[in-house]
Amino acid sequence: MEPVIAVLVGVLMAATVYLMLGRSFVRFIFGLALLSHAANLVIFASGGMTRARPPLIAPGESQPLPDVANAVPQALMLTAIVISFSLLTFALVLAFRTYQELETVDTDRMRAAEPSSADAGADAEQRAVD
Amino acid sequence: MNWLLVAPIVIPLAAAVIGFAGRGSERTQRAVSLVGAVGLSAAAAGLLTVVWREGIASVQIGRWPAPYGITLVADHLSAAMVAVSALIGLATVIYAFGDTRHGPLSQALHPLLHALLAGVCGAFLAGDIFNLYVWFEVMLIASLALLVLGGRPEQLDGAVRYAALSLIATTLLLSGIGLLYGLTGTLNMAELHVRVQEVEDQGLLTLVAMVFIVAFGLKSAVFPLFFWLPASYHTPQTAVSAVFSGLLTKVVFTLIFRHDVGYTHELLLWVAGLTMVTGVLGAASQNELRRILSFHIISQIGYMILGLALFTTFGLLGAIFYVIHHIIVKANLFFVSGAVGRLAGSTDLERLGGLYRDKPLLAALFFVPAFSLAGFPPLSGFWAKLLLIQASIERDEFVIAGVALTVGLLTVYSMTKIWLNAFWKARPDDAGPPPSLAPQRRWLLLAPIAALAIVTLAIGLYARPLYTLAERAANELMAPSNYVEAVLGGGRVAVTAPGYGGNAE
Repeated sequence: MEPVIAVLVGVLMAATVYLMLGRSFVRFIFGLALLSHAANLVIFASGGMTRARPPLIAPGESQPLPDVANAVPQALMLTAIVISFSLLTFALVLAFRTYQELETVDTDRMRAAEPSSADAGADAEQRAVD
Repeated sequence: MNWLLVAPIVIPLAAAVIGFAGRGSERTQRAVSLVGAVGLSAAAAGLLTVVWREGIASVQIGRWPAPYGITLVADHLSAAMVAVSALIGLATVIYAFGDTRHGPLSQALHPLLHALLAGVCGAFLAGDIFNLYVWFEVMLIASLALLVLGGRPEQLDGAVRYAALSLIATTLLLSGIGLLYGLTGTLNMAELHVRVQEVEDQGLLTLVAMVFIVAFGLKSAVFPLFFWLPASYHTPQTAVSAVFSGLLTKVVFTLIFRHDVGYTHELLLWVAGLTMVTGVLGAASQNELRRILSFHIISQIGYMILGLALFTTFGLLGAIFYVIHHIIVKANLFFVSGAVGRLAGSTDLERLGGLYRDKPLLAALFFVPAFSLAGFPPLSGFWAKLLLIQASIERDEFVIAGVALTVGLLTVYSMTKIWLNAFWKARPDDAGPPPSLAPQRRWLLLAPIAALAIVTLAIGLYARPLYTLAERAANELMAPSNYVEAVLGGGRVAVTAPGYGGNAE
């Protein structure tokens, strides 16, 4: 099972790089979503994938039956999914607000923070003043 | 004593929540924010005292024994960093009282500031790498929100860059944690330190170490991964810039100290040199106060990497001394730049002038951190640079010592440029009259600057306590057996020799 996951991680990473190298910030965010999936799969696979029982303790017992699955990677993934979800939401709102203010999602044309005279971002510079 | 380890996380979190709940009333919010910051400082001072007297302190949350439960550990390094963070937090809160009038801005600013401090302290005290990641994210979310607070176009633009690179870095860090868990079967740092040496495939371990280095390198803005920093740090509120510049990259940097697993130190030496030079050259070409200072952060990070790259106790000592000195000085310079903006109406060097005559106190207060940054005796920067250069010469790394000295000289150039343009030359006619500021607000701006300047001066004149602290921290990092013992208990045989490549904890 691990080789399949490994290939899947590779495919996700390749797609991530492709999307992130685009100039649109929206594409970048989609890349980010794929990247966090890839990271989660890495944790999943590196924790060891086994066909085993859920790590639950039966009533009346003090320890689980043998051959239980490792619960730690799953706990890590769950935390990571929640965190990456919240950050993704933030990034989407940020993209929307940036589009509202700068009227572009093209990262090459976002020059408000680093205005340069050679650039066509003279209007962005104008905005940065006020 | 257990509560002392939890307090630096719980106090700012409580201050953030209560401050947010009481945001409607200016008086309540300010009181909560101030009490939170003072409380954090007191807890941090107490923690530092305990660690200083009794050595490494650790606590197992909920009495789940390490390595299975959540562990908080304070060694000399983390206790010192928590103390400095608390100091900067307190200064920032007071500065923000003077800088931001009560309104939607300050309503959000204070709770977020405390949330950020909670994340910072948590990251310093975390005893396992997954908790570290979580505190990291707390810090990241708070800092992203602080960065866009106000919503001006250049802030959003800066935040896009900051968010993009930070999010990649944290995802990389997460993958690295996953891989490391796969290799060693543990997340606890003390346990990791032991297990890492038992891993058979050391090549894989080096790979994982490189993932960590790239992730931390992105976050701490080393060459060639620094581009996001000067694009974003000058855009938010001054108080925010100050706390960012003081703390964020340095948090990560402190983590590099700990997680230095196995890679060539030769490579790091190159990174250090290039980071120093690019940062200082970038600063030389800038004409806006806060952008100059942002580039200087990068060059200063080069110095800290240098201490790490040398990988001797003395080098680490120098680097730790440097980090602490730098946090205080850098945050102070950002405060000064903000005060210049408030009192003179601009932070653009071409639109400034005459401040030496008009605001002599501000000029004096700029002088101390600026020339401490450049490394003039008797200020704190002098000792920091001296230690690092001495450490390089001891290792026969004369080239990097030369680079460090030259970069110091170029720093003087930048600071002199600010001094000449903002303080000495006549105020340009087209600049208009400076804005008026209520005297009370002026004092709130200047008080934290003065306090931090006094700390800088005190470290410069009486460097022995900080030197001893840095020495103890460096010794702990080089021989982490005490750390392992403090966390796992004496039952386990600790490995004393810094095995593969160094001090993996």
